[in-house]
Amino acid sequence: MKDAILTVKNLKVVFHTYRGTVHALDRINFTVLKNERFGIIGETGCGKSVTSLAIMRLIEQPGEIVEGEIVFDGKDLVKTQESILNTIRGREISMIFQEPLSSLNPVMKVGFQIGESIAKIKNTSIKSCRQEVFEALKAVDLDPTRVSNLYPHELSGGMAQRIMIAMALSSNPKLLIADEPTSALDVTIQAQIMNLLDDLVSKMNNTVILITHDLGVAAQFCDKIMIMYAGTVVEQAKTEELFDNPLHPYTKGLLKAIPKVGNRDKLTGIPGSVPDLVNPPSGCRFHPRCPYAMKICSVEKPPLTEMNPGHLVACHLYGDKNG
Amino acid sequence: MDEFLIEIQNLKKYFPLKRGIFSKGQYVHAVDDVSVQIPSRKIFSIVGESGSGKTTFGRTILRLIEPTSGKIIYKGQDIMNLSQKEMITFRKKMQIVFQDPYNSLHPRRLVKDIIGEGLYIHEKISSNEILERVKAILKKVGLNEDHMFRYPHEFSGGQRQRIAMARALILNPEFIVLDEPTSALDVSVQATILDLLIDLKNTFSLTYLFITHNLAVVDYISDFVAVMYLGQIVEIGSKDDIFTLPSHPYTYALLSAIPDPDPKRKRSRTIPKGEIPSAVNPPQGCRFHPRCPYAKEICKRSDPAVIEASKGHFVKCHFPLR
Repeated sequence: MKDAILTVKNLKVVFHTYRGTVHALDRINFTVLKNERFGIIGETGCGKSVTSLAIMRLIEQPGEIVEGEIVFDGKDLVKTQESILNTIRGREISMIFQEPLSSLNPVMKVGFQIGESIAKIKNTSIKSCRQEVFEALKAVDLDPTRVSNLYPHELSGGMAQRIMIAMALSSNPKLLIADEPTSALDVTIQAQIMNLLDDLVSKMNNTVILITHDLGVAAQFCDKIMIMYAGTVVEQAKTEELFDNPLHPYTKGLLKAIPKVGNRDKLTGIPGSVPDLVNPPSGCRFHPRCPYAMKICSVEKPPLTEMNPGHLVACHLYGDKNG
Repeated sequence: MDEFLIEIQNLKKYFPLKRGIFSKGQYVHAVDDVSVQIPSRKIFSIVGESGSGKTTFGRTILRLIEPTSGKIIYKGQDIMNLSQKEMITFRKKMQIVFQDPYNSLHPRRLVKDIIGEGLYIHEKISSNEILERVKAILKKVGLNEDHMFRYPHEFSGGQRQRIAMARALILNPEFIVLDEPTSALDVSVQATILDLLIDLKNTFSLTYLFITHNLAVVDYISDFVAVMYLGQIVEIGSKDDIFTLPSHPYTYALLSAIPDPDPKRKRSRTIPKGEIPSAVNPPQGCRFHPRCPYAKEICKRSDPAVIEASKGHFVKCHFPLR
């Protein structure tokens, strides 16, 4: 068994809004191993982005981490001071966001912005980082002399995402969190970016958490996939196992709902829609939409249990095995 | 393809760019010389990446955007010759459903008013009759009459798209442009909406122009497919032509770029390099040549003619793949 690099235990995050308290994450647990490519999949509002922000300790008012631990490399990030967090963010854990253009400063040249992040890590001046900036741009297949002199508005979405990747990987972080890195891009550009990420991460051996709503992207990139629904973890397994043998009714529903090229079988959607997390359903949060819902499902939250080695599921249908 | 509802000939839409004092006028070539025939009671899909001109194309057909030139022949009648006033009555037959159901419904109007507005404008009937018609159409789209007296914010994305569909259907149109109707929805909801669209098409004998960037959705829903790139249609044919025998290198590239939701089939790595160029100065010759792995000298110089690869399957390429 490889070592864990990140362990999330009983993480609970809420947002205090004028409508009431939004229960965004309800005591979730997962472990990411070293050098693993870990996918977090879910639909709108399932808590996948909140999870990534919580790992970076970027949850701000009105949000709050109410309880739980986020153990990264032996340190519990929930209890770590802000000053120490700043030495972890960007150095040991980096992040790529969905909207690359809104993550860049519009009034500064791209080369300067990459230089700034490298200089901060190395504790030197931006000017002395010129060489590193050029190398970082070359690594993401951009022309360093031309691109480093551009402003963000002169970039296309694909180029901007390459620059975000260059910045995120310039410190060779232990953990890279990519939050929907290709959702705003066209398919051909998406394919280019995912191939690039694949190449770079293989070369540098980083651990990656990929957050996406696209099962196709996750299937092609990840070793392990965790499915989230309405702030809970419903299933987790190795990628192939998950697609071959999905256990949770929500996972099964998702797999039946995605249209695939070359497969024209009738699609079946999941009836209903994602619940409002101000008043989440009692018990299993999926029970109002679940075709197999039983009495117990609305009463008791099913625990995440291991059905097959490495295959975890939170569903009362599989309750017998554990008594 | 025996009977065509709409025939579009050499449709062009150029958007002028702001002129400088010394620079000459430049244009965005959003739709550049597109000719298609849309068969009756079929689902005709336009697929393309952002900036390909697919949305502009959909809107120019309804004359929501006035075309620069070209003919739009609806059942033998060129609707380009209609006055604005005649166009209003004509639009009863042609409706549109937009991509974003959060922006396309008026937030301060009740659902019954949103759906019934078309009737109020086009048909001189009492408000009771309007209510009855709204009630009936809501049932058809899978909502119920309680929903009439609510506001759009009380509905989920999927339900809003059902309301938009009801609004389009209430005037008994023949033709509906669906502009990315499921792109803003989650996959579990998308599947139910796609099936609803197919059911409604059969119930009301509709013809759809389905605009999307998602090839998997196209494969699921369409009868005919046109692939658009930089304002032009590069390949057009039946769904089987496009998906089993793609002939244009761009179509092939699009298909191979889709991430396969099957971890055992790894994606092929032959994806086009570069990005979609600007439609202000589209490349000379074939517009795809800077990104095409098979480009030769001739592709840089001359614009390829449209050739018929097989019956009803057309491709605009000097060196089609098959």
